[in-house]
Amino acid sequence: MQKRIVIPFGPQHPVLPEPIHLDLVLEDERVVDAIPSIGYLHRGLEKLVDKREFPEYVYVIERTCGICSFIHGLSYCQAVEEMMKIEVPERALFLRTIGSEYSRLHSHLLTLGCLADGMGFENLFMGFWRVRERVLNRMEESLGGRVIQGTCKVGGVRKDMDGEMLERMKAELDVLDKEMKEMTGVLLRDDAVKYRMKGIGVLPKKDAFELGAVGPTGRGSGVRIDLRERGYAAYGKIGFEPVLETAGDCYARTAVRCRELLLSTRIIRQCIGKIPDGPIETKVTGNPNGEYASRVEQPRGEAVHYAKGDGGRYLKRFRIRTPTFANIPSLVHMLKGYELADVPVIIMSIDPCISCTER
Amino acid sequence: MSYFKKSPWIIHYDGSSCNGCDIEVLACLTPMYDVERFGIVNTGNPKHADIFVITGSVNEQNIEVVKNIYHQMPNPKVVVAVGICATSGGVFRECYNVMGGVDKVLPVDVYVPGCAARPEAIIDGIVKAIGILEKKRKEMDEKG
Repeated sequence: MQKRIVIPFGPQHPVLPEPIHLDLVLEDERVVDAIPSIGYLHRGLEKLVDKREFPEYVYVIERTCGICSFIHGLSYCQAVEEMMKIEVPERALFLRTIGSEYSRLHSHLLTLGCLADGMGFENLFMGFWRVRERVLNRMEESLGGRVIQGTCKVGGVRKDMDGEMLERMKAELDVLDKEMKEMTGVLLRDDAVKYRMKGIGVLPKKDAFELGAVGPTGRGSGVRIDLRERGYAAYGKIGFEPVLETAGDCYARTAVRCRELLLSTRIIRQCIGKIPDGPIETKVTGNPNGEYASRVEQPRGEAVHYAKGDGGRYLKRFRIRTPTFANIPSLVHMLKGYELADVPVIIMSIDPCISCTER
Repeated sequence: MSYFKKSPWIIHYDGSSCNGCDIEVLACLTPMYDVERFGIVNTGNPKHADIFVITGSVNEQNIEVVKNIYHQMPNPKVVVAVGICATSGGVFRECYNVMGGVDKVLPVDVYVPGCAARPEAIIDGIVKAIGILEKKRKEMDEKG
């Protein structure tokens, strides 16, 4: 037997924007085991429900994560609305859907850029982030913030988009499509990129299902899991087909994200076409009583928000199960058997969001 | 900005921030804001860095990591606290695992406000930090 060595990876590491620590057990250059340890980012924001009234807690929950902030807010509002039996106006649901898809666009562009940076393709990193600024400008104009928006509230949304703005957004989507196709084309067709990603970090469909992989990590292995199909917000009125790949390697997961970029712009176009007129919020009276688990599809996969109230202004219990947390067992499984130099690419291919994971 | 002796390199560490400020720090480096044209590079190695950019507050577990990175940096060095969490704890100040601002552990030179801090504000903070860095360098030279 060869001599085993343990190499610490993180918490401060050039490819990681966020701290996670992995102890990599190596035999020569090959990873035989990976032991993750988390806790560098834990804040304990679920406990804050004791101190913030339920309409104010939206601001805290949006700050679970700066990348998927909008969808966290949406999911929390959805849980409270279901408990209180509030009918949210149709227009608000469409506005929430548009917001979700814009945040998916910015998240996917961000992660594809970071992936390119992780394997040393810095030019492409800059390219993706240039396109992303276009999305962020549009988000700032329509939702009210670049990364933290504060748009969703219990009973509807805070900000309306007028017809002129929607037209402008629609016109810009074509430019976005063109630029994104150019960038993803470079990423998916480049030989060096293929060499780094094809056949690396393979997660077969059976393992993905058993380990509970969600989001693009699961869909890259052919598991059909896309919560948008359940039709929350306005997704029920929109026709779309989830993106699936079957290879299960890093390349497949990246391809899923690249194709989802174009799916998101298609969904936004449909929303702009179908959005009805009307109010954007309903008046909220009373307090939440009961419990509800709200499930939404975040850029990284399924997130579950569990809320429990007892008729007071404060919720009794609140809990989030985030997509990256669900994907860590798959990540550990993927790392085994590959070389140390492949570790950054495999980690970036599940698109880890540590501040979601640790809350 | 032609007065500095060397290109100021930064190192970025995410304390317990929500990612919002982190991605804005990264956005500063990308084509829209592009601070690399001034020679400001984000490095992963503390031994190459002059400016320590920290986002998010400190907690029991990351306090050692933050101190470790700070002590590995060569003198003169400047600490920039980006975002309201790094300044005081922000919305999370009442959470059980948040000790408060970065100034509880390190001497902070520049505070950048905002939740999330905008790239323009971050660049402003870095420019202030460069001034302080030059001052510290001069003081070091005088002492010999």
